[in-house]
Amino acid sequence: MSTSDKRFNESGIEIKPLYGPEDMEATRPDAYDDPLGTPGAYPFTRGIHREMYRKRPWTMRQYTGFGNAEDTNKRFRYLIRTGNTGLNVAFDLPTQCGFDSDDPMAQGEVGRVGMAIDTLRDMEIAFDGIDIQNITVSMTINGTAAIMIAMYLVMAEKRGFDFTRLRGTCQNDILKEFVGRGTWIYPVEPSVRLVADTIEYCAKNAPLYSPVSVCGYHIRESGATPVEEIAFGFCIARAYLDEGLKRGMDIDEFAYRMSFNFNIFGQLFEQVAKFRAARRLWARILKEEYGAQNPKSMWLRMIAGGGGSGLTIEQPENNIVRGAYYALISALSGAQTIALCCYDEAYTIPSEKAQQISLRTMQILIEEMGLTDTVDPLAGSYFVETMTNQMEAEMREIMADVDARGGIVELISRGEIQSHVSRQAYEHQKALESGEFRKVGVNCYQVEEERPEVEMHDYRPEDAEAQVDRLARIKAERDNAAVETALANLRKAAEGSENLMPYLVEAVRAYATVGEMNQAMKSVFGTYDEPDIF
Amino acid sequence: MSTERKIRILLAKPGLDGHDVGVKVVARALIEAGFEVRYTGLRQSGEAIVQAARDFDADVIALSILSGSHLPICTRLKKLIDEYQLSDRLWVVGGNIPTADHAALRELGVDSVYNTSTSLADIVQAIEEKTREHVG
Repeated sequence: MSTSDKRFNESGIEIKPLYGPEDMEATRPDAYDDPLGTPGAYPFTRGIHREMYRKRPWTMRQYTGFGNAEDTNKRFRYLIRTGNTGLNVAFDLPTQCGFDSDDPMAQGEVGRVGMAIDTLRDMEIAFDGIDIQNITVSMTINGTAAIMIAMYLVMAEKRGFDFTRLRGTCQNDILKEFVGRGTWIYPVEPSVRLVADTIEYCAKNAPLYSPVSVCGYHIRESGATPVEEIAFGFCIARAYLDEGLKRGMDIDEFAYRMSFNFNIFGQLFEQVAKFRAARRLWARILKEEYGAQNPKSMWLRMIAGGGGSGLTIEQPENNIVRGAYYALISALSGAQTIALCCYDEAYTIPSEKAQQISLRTMQILIEEMGLTDTVDPLAGSYFVETMTNQMEAEMREIMADVDARGGIVELISRGEIQSHVSRQAYEHQKALESGEFRKVGVNCYQVEEERPEVEMHDYRPEDAEAQVDRLARIKAERDNAAVETALANLRKAAEGSENLMPYLVEAVRAYATVGEMNQAMKSVFGTYDEPDIF
Repeated sequence: MSTERKIRILLAKPGLDGHDVGVKVVARALIEAGFEVRYTGLRQSGEAIVQAARDFDADVIALSILSGSHLPICTRLKKLIDEYQLSDRLWVVGGNIPTADHAALRELGVDSVYNTSTSLADIVQAIEEKTREHVG
């Protein structure tokens, strides 16, 4: 075979024209008695539950949120009416970066890419009338995640829900924000401390709430390969687990609430193998490295979704087809939750129509395609099993390399992960422009077409003004002495090493604003300086 | 001529937008093409951007904006550019910019607008040509 016939997947692993049992055997990891096992049992390659979708299909959780809390509440109700079984909340950038709606830095940004939250009042309005016991809520927030978790819990408590029974997820993966997505606030160390505070607080007070969803997703979007996505994500997850252990908790006290968020664009079989390999590897890490006893601590519970980087602005209808394959990948991979990017996302905030198509894409898989009838249907495929073995080996190698170079926290602090993925993003862009990496409608099969116009969500300055007015009203009506005390206590606690969550909960109860709480912590922690990566 | 000064370009992320994959890719393309590049990092105020442009003596001020806030950001920056006497520098904007807003940006003094599917080669070439024209 000439070298030009060689083919590789996006992780750089060679793909042969044919696979047989000998390939599976040759790549078989020797760390397991049975690398496949049965679903619901270690090493969970085939799924974390015995019956998987047969018992309950994946949760369909489309990402939404815009404008103020009232607008978002309306959209939540619409999504629930159309069959969404979970909510995935988008926050505007000021909320994500810790600025109040009246802050000069928030100018022009209030309610633009998600909903604006200044105080507990906004949270109360956003979830008014939503059954948050049965519709689980996932909050896509990181820099101010501790504040938002405190607000969510207090909101739930005020509505009579018991903390100890409350489910839900917060993204709260600050380490990946330094690599991609960029809503960091404080330097790396206090940022990680805050994540650990939420893990410890939730383990003790809201044990069914998942305080962290580790995102390989954005690292992949920033240029990582599929195996790096998992490997870097797992290194980050381990950093959080290590923090939890430093707090004196037992691994089984908190590891079982760790969840993950991974990307689904790319080649079909590689992606399926990636998820199966990841599930097995995570179980092994928890069992062997951390000595977890509870099988639930070993579960890789994941939302698989998005795929934004796979979608194109050229011939946007093609994205509907891509989305269908991405959903198929997720379903074949045993994801607990799926959220699909919408076909129009490359140029606008998704229309209701596009949202509906994404939802129907998943529903068609469930209702018409038989994807929920049997567990892990690709198991035993020579190709998929070989690839699963090879990808797991690659992931382990990358993780070992990260450890050898000082660990993920150190590498992120130095900007090395950032530099590495951004270099790959550049190489990828060049391959796309040269046609070496084929993308339908972009560098092959192009058509003369009217380029879809980039549409921004209608931005109404009067909505931002209304938000600022509400903020002013709350500031006038609340007990400002109580707010001052709560903020002073928060500041003092930040100077020490206590868990900050109880202080945030107190400040939230007093209707302190996101900006005030952030400022209190920032005055102690300072802000992050991006390392120069060029 | 080897003594020829490289084109200095300041790449900046104004506002709160955290999408920095594109700007970093463009930075690498410009470095490879021989530009002298300074990247501000995320979340820069208008003041920080013009100050950096002045400190760096940038020939080109390039903004990357994908959050949809390009009009308020550029309106504010225009004042600062005048105030800092940088209006003789080439000013370009890239990102998710609707065509409908191009005219308004030009009105503010933006020389070129690039969208997310403009190729690296086109960006590099356009900036090179325009800067040479600009500085004469």
